[in-house]
Amino acid sequence: MKILVPVKRVVDYNVKVRVKADGTGVETAGVKMSMNPFDEIAIEEAVRLKEKGVATEIVAISIGVAACSETIRTALAMGADRGVLVETDMAVEPIAVAKMLKALVEKEQPQLVILGKQAIDDDMSATGQMLAALLGWPQGTFASKVAVENGGITVTREVDGGLETVALTLPAVVTTDLRLNEPRYASLPNIRKARKKPIETMKPADLGVDPTPRLTVLRVTEPPKRRAGQKVGSVAELVMKLRTEAKVI
Amino acid sequence: MTTLVLLDYDSLGIKQPSRSAVAAAAKLGDIHVLVTGKGIEAAAAAAAKLPGVSRVFVADGDDYANTLAETLAALLVAMAPNYTHLMAAATASGKNIMPRVAALLDSQPISDIAGVEDADTFIRPIYAGNALVTVKSSDPIKVITVRAASFDPVAGEGGSASIEPAPTVSLPGHSKFVSAELSKSERPELTAARIVVSGGRGMQNGENFKLLDPLADRLGAAVGASRAAVDAGFVPNDYQVGQTGKIVAPELYVAIGISGAIQHLAGMKDSKVIVAINKDEEAPIFQVADYGLVQDLFTALPELQAELEKA
Ligand SMILES: Cc1cc2nc3c(=O)[nH]c(=O)nc-3n(C[C@H](O)[C@H](O)[C@H](O)COP(=O)(O)OP(=O)(O)OC[C@H]3O[C@@H](n4cnc5c(N)ncnc54)[C@H](O)[C@@H]3O)c2cc1C
Ligand SMILES: Nc1ncnc2c1ncn2[C@@H]1O[C@H](COP(=O)(O)O)[C@@H](O)[C@H]1O
Repeated sequence: MKILVPVKRVVDYNVKVRVKADGTGVETAGVKMSMNPFDEIAIEEAVRLKEKGVATEIVAISIGVAACSETIRTALAMGADRGVLVETDMAVEPIAVAKMLKALVEKEQPQLVILGKQAIDDDMSATGQMLAALLGWPQGTFASKVAVENGGITVTREVDGGLETVALTLPAVVTTDLRLNEPRYASLPNIRKARKKPIETMKPADLGVDPTPRLTVLRVTEPPKRRAGQKVGSVAELVMKLRTEAKVI
Repeated sequence: MTTLVLLDYDSLGIKQPSRSAVAAAAKLGDIHVLVTGKGIEAAAAAAAKLPGVSRVFVADGDDYANTLAETLAALLVAMAPNYTHLMAAATASGKNIMPRVAALLDSQPISDIAGVEDADTFIRPIYAGNALVTVKSSDPIKVITVRAASFDPVAGEGGSASIEPAPTVSLPGHSKFVSAELSKSERPELTAARIVVSGGRGMQNGENFKLLDPLADRLGAAVGASRAAVDAGFVPNDYQVGQTGKIVAPELYVAIGISGAIQHLAGMKDSKVIVAINKDEEAPIFQVADYGLVQDLFTALPELQAELEKA
């Protein structure tokens, strides 16, 4: 079984982003970029399925600027077999990403696509569900456990009240939650090996997709700032202030 | 201009996040709502009482016994031509269903809105809430999930809408509900609670985490957690507050043994009053706390309990 894993290049999760003074976006120049953490989990899950003999090939796909090839290299070093870079300088929205992924699925014919549940830059949490819809495939989102068995896939999902398990026919789309696995670090020999693995490059137009955004960004602003309040010296003072000053208890 | 809002409910009625979604829809115009499930006369009746709602559509039957995205998306897409906006609360279920609907309508979803400017223009947080973006949609049908913490929920009573069956649609059969393992609690739900008491890695283990229970009970609070506490298995996943967990904005948020990582702050920094108890005075949580207490939590918790009992 072939697995596709879309991996997004995002501002590293440790960076505290700043809004640009002109309100057009956030500062990304000189900022550390990494693979979206949920996508590392997606790659890890695919690699584990390959190690179990369930998967035969893992293709990592990234859509964005040329530097996304670094993100693909990381995926290759973790154990993906080859990469596809869809190069564009436009900020692509989930709908365009999903359409490009659909075209790639039609070409590659995988049985499973594993995405992150959410990109930590746009916080959309949409692409996997949209891809599943466009393909007419079932979806197992926010997965904390997956098991491929009897020609189908069972997905345990993190939902508001706890966990829910669904059984899907294959092919299917899965999106990863944080507790699905703990991604490995790529070893030095594997990083070296990854340099020799192939990355195919194409453009959105090669996939027949117009990536023009549907949402126009009017402005980007900073949220209201919270200021540090006061330190209290004791539990008694805390309770007194919550009662008489803040009046919340 | 009419909005269709997909509602969640429980035995107590229409859930608070869904009532917040109705409040967001109320900024746009007419509101119809959809409830789905099996044997849901009571939920339909509760939906009909929501202020501002004029029509309630009910999909009742075996097909809807579980909230499968594939099924609900098919139904919403069938109903969509009559609407300018489709909305649901940005809960796990709303986030699962609405993007699927959007793709089928060739619309770019607008996730987790925190503000409505006009019929096309919405404000949403990005980068774990470190920035707010105002976007204008060019899609004819807008598909939206609503950040419940940003809209005061409409009341549960006051309206008198008509109740009618939802259209019958052919449903895909490629996904099946197997089981659910829901954590039971007598306490209020995290996203609806007036007070939230959360513990982090500082609680050290699941046994110690129970020290928060009597405090929560005394305050009528919900119990939450940081991701570190959830990952370490102290508490179930649905306790997680943060960028990738639940977003809460209670009157009072008490963070105990939580350092205050960006991803955690993203889920609670809109709380009205924040209290932090941490033994490290440099912990970033103190930068957002209204009241900070630098103390070992294992001495602070029993003292806090005793102080509250004094009344
Ligand atoms: C993609 C991604 C998404 C994430 N999403 C979330 C999310 O939604 N929610 C979330 O919470 N995190 C999230 N995280 C994790 C986040 O980055 C932090 O790792 C996490 O919030 C840390 O949890 P903590 O504060 O409990 O643990 P720590 O950072 O380890 O802090 C523990 C704190 O407890 C204090 N302490 C220890 N012992 C005591 C004691 N005896 N008395 C008093 N204080 C004590 C310490 O001083 C310390 O400040 C995410 C991370 C990533 C990469
Ligand atoms: N530009 C992209 N390139 C590759 N994968 C992407 C891209 N955008 C989104 N994805 C995938 O879709 C998931 C969810 O993203 P989002 O819907 O934007 O929150 C991510 O975790 C990735 O797996």
